[in-house]
Amino acid sequence: MIELLFPNGIAHYVLGGLFVGLGVLFIYFFTSRIPGASTFLESTLSYVSKKKRFQKYTSSRDWRITFTIGIILGAFIHTIIARPDFFTTEVSTLRLFIGGILVGIGTRIGKGCTSGHGVCGVGSLSKTSFIAVITFLIAAIITAQTVQFFGVMP
Amino acid sequence: MNLDRAKFHFVVLIGGLIFGAGLSISNMSEPEVVLSFLQFKDFGLIFVMFGAAMVTGIGFQLLPKTIHESVLTKEELGRRVKSFDKKVVIGGTIFGIGWGLSGICPGAAYASLGTGNLPIISAIAGMFVGAYLQTYIRPLVDGGK
Repeated sequence: MIELLFPNGIAHYVLGGLFVGLGVLFIYFFTSRIPGASTFLESTLSYVSKKKRFQKYTSSRDWRITFTIGIILGAFIHTIIARPDFFTTEVSTLRLFIGGILVGIGTRIGKGCTSGHGVCGVGSLSKTSFIAVITFLIAAIITAQTVQFFGVMP
Repeated sequence: MNLDRAKFHFVVLIGGLIFGAGLSISNMSEPEVVLSFLQFKDFGLIFVMFGAAMVTGIGFQLLPKTIHESVLTKEELGRRVKSFDKKVVIGGTIFGIGWGLSGICPGAAYASLGTGNLPIISAIAGMFVGAYLQTYIRPLVDGGK
């Protein structure tokens, strides 16, 4: 049963999850900031657009870039040390791009993403974040199953 | 940049490194792994989200009661809870459709780039386009607020 639900084991999932949580907590411990990953999109747009919606993030936009660089480097260092090779996805570029647009729209209108709602919000026992997580999980499951139904792989 | 600001960026960078390593360790940086979770082929991703939320949950409960203020910036450690309205459900649904279509969310996309996954740049580019477009969709959702 366990092998059916978790064909790749669970150890690396648990360990990865602990690291993600510790990364957030580390920043909170030192700075009281609770970082989500999707605010970076809008805060970085404030450098190139005068829109009020983006300009409200000017005070945090510099460290949000630092956070994102950290995420990229952290994954890079782990890849160099522990993965046999660099990774390249089989998912088509067009699918990634269209999915990305919807992710950009949805996370910003919905006030957060998998890290902001899923990790930080649920960790804060926020009812809003619980509802957000259930909403985006259901929408994602239906979409991914539909894509699979029509034979698009992976 | 003064020294305090440099220290601030340094701890954010270290936190980001740990966060990004976690996404690579768990393979959540791979769209294939996210899709196999959403398609019920491997439920392991539950452990990433709930494992991470458990760690932050314990920290968000204990730290405000024990050290009261952040170590570097000496600011009050509180909770940041977002208000609920229909945008949470509408935005969450749009995000979910995008996540289910591509298998990628923002944090995982940045980490994916670090694992050498260059095609993910198109997803990140899409996210910036979406984050820009939402300013035009937002008034339709909440009447300009």
